[in-house]
Amino acid sequence: MESVGSIILYFIVALSMIVFSVMAVTTRKILRAATYLLFTLFAAAVVYFMLDYEFLGAVQIAVYAGGIVVLFVFAILLTSRPGDNTERLTSRSRVLGGIAAVATLCVAGYALVSRCAVAFAQKPEMDTPDMQTIGSTLMGTGAGQYLLPFEAVSVLLLACIIGGVVIARKR
Amino acid sequence: MDVTLPILILSIPLFMFLFLGLLGMKMTHKLAGVLGTLGMGTVLLLSYYTAYLYFFSGAPEFVNAAGERLQYMVFDQTWLQFTDSLAIKIGFFLDPISAMMLVVITTISFMVHLYSLGYMRDHHGVYEHGFQRFYAFLSLFSFSMLGLVVASNIFQMYIFWELVGASSYLLIGFYYIKPSAVSASKKAFIVTRFADLGFLIGILILSYYTGTFNFTELTSVPVDGLANVSQVDINTAIGVRSIFENSAAPTFMGASVLTWALVLIFMGGMGKSAMLPLHIWLPDAMEGPTPVSALIHAATMVVAGVYLVARLFPLYLMENSALVIITVVGAITAFYAAMVACTQIDIKRVLAFSTISQIAFMMVSLGVARPEIHEGLGYMASMFHLFTHAMFKALLFLGAGALIHAIGSNDYTAMHGLRKHMPITHITFLIGCLAIAGIIPFSGFFSKDEILSSCMGYDWVAYLWMSMVAGLTAFYMFRLYFLIFWWKEHKVPEGHHAPHDQPWTMSLPLIILAAISCVAGFIPFGELVSWNGHPYDFMEHFNWNVATVSLIIAVVGIAMAAVMYRKENKLPEKFKNAVPALWDWCYHRFYWDELYMFITHRIIFGCICRPLAWFDRHIIDGTMDSFAVITNKASDAIKPLQSGQIQMYVWYYLIGVLALGAITVVCLI
Amino acid sequence: MEITAIYYLLPALFMFCCGVYGFITRKNMIAMLISLELMLNAVDINFVVFNRFLFPEQLEGMFFTLFAIAIAAAETALAIAIIINIFRAVRNIDVRSLNEMKF
Repeated sequence: MESVGSIILYFIVALSMIVFSVMAVTTRKILRAATYLLFTLFAAAVVYFMLDYEFLGAVQIAVYAGGIVVLFVFAILLTSRPGDNTERLTSRSRVLGGIAAVATLCVAGYALVSRCAVAFAQKPEMDTPDMQTIGSTLMGTGAGQYLLPFEAVSVLLLACIIGGVVIARKR
Repeated sequence: MDVTLPILILSIPLFMFLFLGLLGMKMTHKLAGVLGTLGMGTVLLLSYYTAYLYFFSGAPEFVNAAGERLQYMVFDQTWLQFTDSLAIKIGFFLDPISAMMLVVITTISFMVHLYSLGYMRDHHGVYEHGFQRFYAFLSLFSFSMLGLVVASNIFQMYIFWELVGASSYLLIGFYYIKPSAVSASKKAFIVTRFADLGFLIGILILSYYTGTFNFTELTSVPVDGLANVSQVDINTAIGVRSIFENSAAPTFMGASVLTWALVLIFMGGMGKSAMLPLHIWLPDAMEGPTPVSALIHAATMVVAGVYLVARLFPLYLMENSALVIITVVGAITAFYAAMVACTQIDIKRVLAFSTISQIAFMMVSLGVARPEIHEGLGYMASMFHLFTHAMFKALLFLGAGALIHAIGSNDYTAMHGLRKHMPITHITFLIGCLAIAGIIPFSGFFSKDEILSSCMGYDWVAYLWMSMVAGLTAFYMFRLYFLIFWWKEHKVPEGHHAPHDQPWTMSLPLIILAAISCVAGFIPFGELVSWNGHPYDFMEHFNWNVATVSLIIAVVGIAMAAVMYRKENKLPEKFKNAVPALWDWCYHRFYWDELYMFITHRIIFGCICRPLAWFDRHIIDGTMDSFAVITNKASDAIKPLQSGQIQMYVWYYLIGVLALGAITVVCLI
Repeated sequence: MEITAIYYLLPALFMFCCGVYGFITRKNMIAMLISLELMLNAVDINFVVFNRFLFPEQLEGMFFTLFAIAIAAAETALAIAIIINIFRAVRNIDVRSLNEMKF
């Protein structure tokens, strides 16, 4: 049985997640879309906190909110003039998008509800993973430890930096 | 005998062909022509020396103690090994007829090389376009023809047989911008190719059943025991005999394997030698330059068929029916060609039909040759006539070339009364005509007389028939002669030079060939060539009655020609109007070309090819086309899927994934 | 009231569907990228939720999410570089104008 506060928090988070993601894809001002995305990301971070993955929530806020959204904002400001609205959607694309979204919702939702509604009803007890565990898991080479992916990601990021510079450089 | 000599004989013309063909355009016309002529002159000397060694040196490898001439294999290299017993070899084979052919080919070829130096240029001395190419092709032809006659086996002969066909094609089509020359060369090629199909099948049948291609084994006659053949060869030859003589030998449509093989091989000879159903290419082949007609289509290549039959003569002796076929075909052809030659107005066509007729004489002579009749006189007579005919027919063609060169037309209606203007040509042409008509002492008299003698020994019908043809020969040759050199005074067109004799390069070959034609009849040919190598004095078989009769017939023919054509008169016209149908048929060559046109165009093209083409175009192609059309339409229909709009791709992808997901959900959950 | 896995998964699913809708309907490439981020986040949440509810003593889902965030950051940076480059070339970032790659 959850505490009332966490239930209220859950509803706020779920509601904001739904509302802001809808607004992020429907608003006609691109900068606002980025902002709504930011809110959605925050909501996701809160979900991580609620599930006791605090480090993950912090990373979510730092990388997404602090990095990616700022990148978006810069890109938007670079590529559009203020007061620019995206043009109205044609009904055709709206129908196509709607069909795809609703179909996804139906299929995946049916699968979820029919299976997960009964299963794992209980939220098991878990200690918040401490930084030492996370650090040794990232740096370890044993089973269930992730040194190789960690290094791969570091190389990937390096490549990404160089690639970004090369692609966006003025010629 | 040294191997270098024969190798040089074959390789010099081949080298000249490659040299002139590849580098000819880099040198002047004159240099190319002189080089080609000198090369041929070298081959001429080498061949003469070889023939001299063979016939007169008396070396034990050429003549045995009994004085019989032997077959001698100078070298024989295996080229393709099919089975243990069956292999194709390349060799150099000397026997009386190949030694004789070496002399004939190189003599005529050299004369033609020399003559072309003068002929292949216009009155201002400018060489014709493609002069170097001409000499290159002449060298190629000489190489192929020499290779043909010295072939050690029938397959090598076939290879060179095709090579002479190819060089003949190239030379007939020498003036390749003239449509008539192009179609003539195609006609020659296709007709002879059709005949060569029979030849090839014949070779295959023969080699399949005998297990050998080699002439030594195929033609050695073990009963009479030619001593030069090794024991192995004799065994093989006995094997050959026994296969064919075995009554259990397989038969096809009532004829034995041997008959089929020999008749099919003879079909190849018919094509090359222009025997009756397959003769249509030779008159058209006169579209080539006149020296080429002299070399290829009168003296050497067209007698390859005769040579082939002579080469396999011991085999033909085993099969009487094949020889009868040869005789009948030859006799009909001889008469037909002589009739046609009486009416033609193109000087080269007359000579072409005359050639057909004379080759048919040789064929008949081979066909009636039997060992028991004058010791196989017909074989010797045929070879003798081949020799003398090559000389005087080359002479006539080269003389005709000189006339054409002087007048600028093949048509003798433009030529009357030339005897005063061109004395050398006149005298040499007259000698040629006398030789072919068979007047003593010119060479044609002797050879033709022997042919008639052997016909006489065979059957009196054949004798009468061939005598009649001989009379016709005299008539049409002298008709030609009188119409060219007499008839009426020559009128020189305004603004033209009077025709005159040609430069020495053209006159010298005429004089040489005329001299040979005068004396060649006295060559003791029986000493040199006979069907089994056994020399004999043919004067023993010389029938003075036959000689007198044929002489009288020839003189009558000449006299008739003289009466009708010596002075301009109305007699030919009257004669023509008296038998219009006959004249028409002869003039149109008995409508053979039209018959072929009818068969090929109406029957084969119209009834077979056109439906097949329709089937191919509409059914086969239609099926394939409809596959293509369906594919095309389908891809057109689904082409808009690839719109370049990435969002549509995502949408399709998503729908696909969802469909799979829905199936999973419905089926598995 | 017990907040079970489904309570987290359904909003995430809805978020994912919004991402799908946005990705298909949006013309602005940056807006499409935003929709892509929505979808990515929804998937991340799924990983975390399943990890938490099924295997709480292990950390696979969490680390997968961690790496996904890193890769998403890299991908976004690169995508934005490409978009800016396209903007330089054609002076707009409408995805409909980039339809050269077709039949």
